[in-house]
Amino acid sequence: MSNNQTTTSAHHPAHVHQFDSMEQQNEVASFGMWVFLLTEIMMFGGLFAAYLIYRIKFYPAFVAGSTSISVAWGFANTLVLIGSSWTMAMGVWAAQQGKRKAQVWFILATMVLGAAFLGVKAKEYYDKYEECHIPGHIIGKEFNAWGGCKVGDPSMGNIAEEIRDAKHHGDPSIPENSAIETAKQTQIFFSFYFAMTGLHATHMLIGLGVLTWLLFRAKRGEFGPEYYSPVENVGLYWHFVDIVWIFLFPLLYLISRHQHHG
Amino acid sequence: MSTVNQVAIPKVEVMPEKHYLNDNYGIRSWLLTKDHKRIAVLYLFTITFFFFLGGLFAALIRLELLTPQGDLFQSDTYNKLFTMHGVNMIFFFLIPSVPAVLGNFLVPLMVGAKDLAFPKINLLSWYIFIAGAAFALAALVSGGVDTGWTFYTPLSSGFLKTPVVVLGVGILIAGFASIFTGLNFIVTVHRMRAPGLTWGRLPLFVWANYAASLIMVLGTPVLAITLILLVLERGFHIGIFDPKLGGDPVLFQHMFWFYSHPAVYIMILPGMGVISEIITCFSRKRVFGYTFIAFSSIAIAVFGFVVWAHHMFVAGISTYSALVFSLLSFAVAIPSAVKVFNWTATMYKGSVTLSTPMLYALGFIGLFTIGGLTGLFLAALGLDIHVHDTYFVVAHFHYVMVGGMVMAYLGGLHFWWPKMTGRLYPEAWAKMAALITFIGFNLTFFPQFILGYLGMPRRYHAYPEEFQVLNVLSSAGASVLAVGFILPLIYFLYSLRYGQVAGNNPWKATGLEWETTSPPPTHNFEETPIVTCDPYNYGDDEEVHVVK
Repeated sequence: MSNNQTTTSAHHPAHVHQFDSMEQQNEVASFGMWVFLLTEIMMFGGLFAAYLIYRIKFYPAFVAGSTSISVAWGFANTLVLIGSSWTMAMGVWAAQQGKRKAQVWFILATMVLGAAFLGVKAKEYYDKYEECHIPGHIIGKEFNAWGGCKVGDPSMGNIAEEIRDAKHHGDPSIPENSAIETAKQTQIFFSFYFAMTGLHATHMLIGLGVLTWLLFRAKRGEFGPEYYSPVENVGLYWHFVDIVWIFLFPLLYLISRHQHHG
Repeated sequence: MSTVNQVAIPKVEVMPEKHYLNDNYGIRSWLLTKDHKRIAVLYLFTITFFFFLGGLFAALIRLELLTPQGDLFQSDTYNKLFTMHGVNMIFFFLIPSVPAVLGNFLVPLMVGAKDLAFPKINLLSWYIFIAGAAFALAALVSGGVDTGWTFYTPLSSGFLKTPVVVLGVGILIAGFASIFTGLNFIVTVHRMRAPGLTWGRLPLFVWANYAASLIMVLGTPVLAITLILLVLERGFHIGIFDPKLGGDPVLFQHMFWFYSHPAVYIMILPGMGVISEIITCFSRKRVFGYTFIAFSSIAIAVFGFVVWAHHMFVAGISTYSALVFSLLSFAVAIPSAVKVFNWTATMYKGSVTLSTPMLYALGFIGLFTIGGLTGLFLAALGLDIHVHDTYFVVAHFHYVMVGGMVMAYLGGLHFWWPKMTGRLYPEAWAKMAALITFIGFNLTFFPQFILGYLGMPRRYHAYPEEFQVLNVLSSAGASVLAVGFILPLIYFLYSLRYGQVAGNNPWKATGLEWETTSPPPTHNFEETPIVTCDPYNYGDDEEVHVVK
């Protein structure tokens, strides 16, 4: 627990003055990263808690909203992210082994997969825009109106119609109030959809930035068996962002799918 | 001129030749420093500015309240004044005050480390703080915000035309400064302690800052997401907190107070740490109940997270949850009282010296006790409905925040000023300032308890005539209080040049920070110190705390 008095024989260039040894420095960096991830858990936790409250309150609207987004793309993106976690883990391993070329390639692969994820996300956002599913307005103009959708449309594009269809097919989860009313409430779902995936995507962007920095350092051959904590810690961050998605995917894409298509 | 000091100085002390202040010169050496002591000084200047800015707003508020009519400011302007007072004082003074200034300076010294675990992140935290402060000032000069520091929706998200988004973003950014400070403290305390410095030997100041850091790290992110949602809601008119779209404004209150109530303990816990150090030093006696004081800090941090809804007893929460939150709020009083009793017991049969830091500490104990006990009134469901949103609440939290935290901060600043600067402040002036602060404080805020109990609501610029006498008393007290706050500013600056050289340990205090020179060298210690005994071994034999 307390300062390690043993001194390393060779003075590593990355060793900073406040630590007695390289081991202490690496251990401290990783501990710091875990504490930081704790703050991230609390931040996403607040958002998830708010989401859950409204999901219970407006369940039929959440089902309708969730049904309108593409499971196929969401699932593809889940695979892409899991893949990127693997390449990231391999990058950490390559750094530990001191394999410079492998590090660079794995970091690069992680970045490509991360960018692919964001590309798919952008496509999904664009689909929502086309379908008039974007809640809210800016500078006095509705987002939906920018795309040529009806202004002040309470049925949120095709949502009200979908709900009527589902009700027609005997879905018991559709409430007594009108389909329009439920469609209006999907705005809350979409608010959360964009807030949650948006915050997640922001984390991905930050991740890509940090990976770029890591790429240059790896290329210069800075990491090896004695010093790889930056790679390891970026890896921790990257895995955390992946895990957030592993929660987001079912929460946003998979609400009661069987009821609608049953 | 410095006058007679309570602690006799046996020999003429000389300043050390090389220390952190003269290690390097020039503006760059300060703005790019990674030295925790210099970053503490940067924070000291910054938050002093915000303290006096917030104080200016308070002065204008008290000026308006001299007369029952709203004659000096329009009600809108008045709303802006109390909002900017609250935001300045809470987010830009109280939260960083003891941790970012004294904690930054002392935690590495007290644990015998060369620096915090992450010096670059420490410097980054100051820059983030400055960026957040810039947004807050931008909101101020572009007209000011009138939501109250609590930003309740839908008032803040839909109705007001003031720059809520700018201020919200400013506080969001400043929150990350707080997160980084907390993160640094937690990692430093866990991983950077000198050999022999076990958890059971940690100074209580470190324990208190550690507990506050837990709240900073676990609570602040929730404020961040709350403000993000608020900014999104206001910027894009989505409906998360908007009842028109099915959103729930009470959810905002839950999320806001989930951070902002524990934040009260971010503000008070480090102050309690300061008091523990001062009381034991000037009683020349081992601290009474070390373990209890240490763990009561942790208990306060833990309990602090489960009492937030006591701010919302009249906001339409269910009776059962109100009952539970009331009970839990009473429970927080236990660890707080444990501390007060232990400090008192420490003084009992000690050789008490009434030096300036001790005066502030004694003031703290009295005022904090009043503030804490009136908090119990507010935790009681029935009474809270009577005094909710009245001046009783205002008086209660000012007793804790100003009577508690500001007194502790000033006490700590006096106590460690010789360590930070190498010079003593003029003792007689300082004692007078402490006394003036105490008198001014009580004159300002005690009448507000009565006003609140009689039914004067907070946040109005006009009031019925029968409340005038008490309001005039309060405003008069505020002027006295201002003198008490301006005096230290003057004599601290004066002492930088003309103060008597302090020497390493002017108070003959225990603790690793007193083992090194005043001011300390850039790397704190010549060699890593080795700790061989418990803290606070005052009294019995005054043995040396550290064996090198």
